[in-house]
Amino acid sequence: MSNHVELAHGGGGRKMRQLLEHTILPAFDNKHTEARHDAVVLPVGTQRIAFTTDGYVISPMFFPGGDIGKLAVFGTVNDLAAAGAIPKWLSASFIIEEGLPLDVLEKVVHSMREAAATARIDIVTGDTKVVDRGKGDGMYVTTSGLGIVPDGVDVRPARVRDGDSVIVTGDIGRHGVAVLSVRKGLTFESPIESDCAPLADMMQCLIREGIDVHCARDATRGGVAAVLLEIAAAGRVHVEIQETEIPIDPAVAAACELLGIDALHVANEGRMVVFVAESDAKRTLHALRSLEVSRGSAIIGRVTTGGRAGTASIRTRFGPARALDLPAGEPLPRIC
Amino acid sequence: MKYLDEYRNADDVRRYIDAIGQLITRPVNIMEVCGGQTHALVRFGIDELLPDKVTLLHGPGCPVCVTPTETIDRALAIAARAETIFCSYGDMLRVPGSHRDLFSVKASGGDVRIVYSALDALDLAEQNPAREVVFFAVGFETTAPAHAMAVVEARRRRLPNFSLLVAHVLVPPALEVILSDPDRRVDGFLAAGHVCAIMGLDEYSLLVDKYQVPMVVTGFEPLDLVQGILRCVRQLEHGSPSLDNQYARAVRPSGNLAARAVLKEVFQTVDRRWRGLGMIPKSGFALAQPFAEFDAERKFPMKLAEVDDPIECISGQVLTGHRRPNQCPSFGTICTPDKPLGATMVSSEGACAAYYRYKRNEVS
Repeated sequence: MSNHVELAHGGGGRKMRQLLEHTILPAFDNKHTEARHDAVVLPVGTQRIAFTTDGYVISPMFFPGGDIGKLAVFGTVNDLAAAGAIPKWLSASFIIEEGLPLDVLEKVVHSMREAAATARIDIVTGDTKVVDRGKGDGMYVTTSGLGIVPDGVDVRPARVRDGDSVIVTGDIGRHGVAVLSVRKGLTFESPIESDCAPLADMMQCLIREGIDVHCARDATRGGVAAVLLEIAAAGRVHVEIQETEIPIDPAVAAACELLGIDALHVANEGRMVVFVAESDAKRTLHALRSLEVSRGSAIIGRVTTGGRAGTASIRTRFGPARALDLPAGEPLPRIC
Repeated sequence: MKYLDEYRNADDVRRYIDAIGQLITRPVNIMEVCGGQTHALVRFGIDELLPDKVTLLHGPGCPVCVTPTETIDRALAIAARAETIFCSYGDMLRVPGSHRDLFSVKASGGDVRIVYSALDALDLAEQNPAREVVFFAVGFETTAPAHAMAVVEARRRRLPNFSLLVAHVLVPPALEVILSDPDRRVDGFLAAGHVCAIMGLDEYSLLVDKYQVPMVVTGFEPLDLVQGILRCVRQLEHGSPSLDNQYARAVRPSGNLAARAVLKEVFQTVDRRWRGLGMIPKSGFALAQPFAEFDAERKFPMKLAEVDDPIECISGQVLTGHRRPNQCPSFGTICTPDKPLGATMVSSEGACAAYYRYKRNEVS
């Protein structure tokens, strides 16, 4: 309908898919972008490296449980982790608005240093630009990341198989609700904090256990629903989940109902959706639950031939299944 | 949170569904009036759980869906002006006018802002004295009192740069159109719980008495809806139509008196065109004369042609229960939420959008 880029194009929903598929990807199409996975895996000599990049435009910059700096480090670490990689090095590019208080900048970079230490990665290169007052909304941060994919590890949508179990590594919806609560001035009896956390160690733990992870993706913008639909489309499979199995904190559920948003569409920053063979599901769950960051893991569904390939559905608590869909735009803009 | 768990209890819902199945002896068509009810019925799959003899028809209770195209065009023209800040609830932004929608006006540089409340728009007016802040006042009687209060507050704060573009519509006149249709398919109604929480039950009692058709006021949770449907079926089986209030935890017979008072003070009832349904007499609100200075139509006068939806759009038939969304030839093909032909596909509470979101992988 429009000849201009709209906010909805950045939302992780259908419009963003359209922008990518019709305008951006055709310009760069090559065998590497075909995989449509967040991080690309590239051969370098005898090794394989994973490479990814992400821009962070979150507003407000500081929120319960984190800030733009922490997000910029963990978010990119997690994209590498989703490819089965051990994250090693990040770059950090800053676009800073004239007038930003220096102590805000200090807080952000300090937070990035702490996050880098937690994730055991180094920030090794970067760039800094300053733009006129009114042109930068405080600060934007872009991080690119490199990681090493261990031999034998092959984590991507094409490996998903009929019958695979779908596991989410903790309760959903925290990050989006935490950010929205600051924007709207909502307070809850028990404050809801973002789940912002690094997930690379968690993924390597599964790999060390000898579990063959078929596919994984962190459920950021667009939420768990977006991940399921993207992987269903890229892997040409159908995914069905059970409403009663989805882990969600009661306070987060209540906030979503109040605001009229679907928790499955809400961004998370410390949750992975993992696909493994059904025979590995119990073992995977056990390994995940032994770690703090994935204590609340649950099997929420499976890959089945019972629905059209490229789609996903949810069986409601009452019995009938209904289609899972991406929202057209973004229920919560500037969420990450 | 307890309300959510209790009113979504699967066992209780199934018990009511079974009771409906045991009670019903012949096919009935029940219309839920409100888009929120439609959405809940489809989202939770209740329409599929009901016995085959119960057919749900979806009503015109989606204010976004029934806002006339020319009103959207007026909003677009106001929003495109350099001096205005145009404020709206989020779901109006994607409703198509003749050529574009508010999102694309925003993308081309118009200052369009999503607000959760008219009071946010009021604050914007206070913070931006050099700009004209216009709030798109859409909704049924449910949202109208808060909008009326915003106008009263604007007067108290002496804000000359705040106005409403009023597009409010009223439920009972639309129901009367459906009830008086000689080709009426609807046997009983589920009335909109939140509209009744404001306006009370009198208008609906009058309709039940005049047309001898059962009406049950319901809430929006699964248990509310199946309880309402059971009570409606019971009335139909026993042949004694009356107005029944299932949503007593929120609806009092006299409604919300304070809300009704402010509506009377700030608004007057006028004839309105409804998208898909045409002109319905005395079916809308406009600002009353004493508040004319807050009327965006007066501040930004313009002549706009009445516009009808493309011929392919049958939203009028959907809104009056004559057709279901997946019976429309354009459904899911040339008409989708991303390129909608009419507002029932765009609005998140439109019947077509609900069917597309939850049911489009099924065959009709």
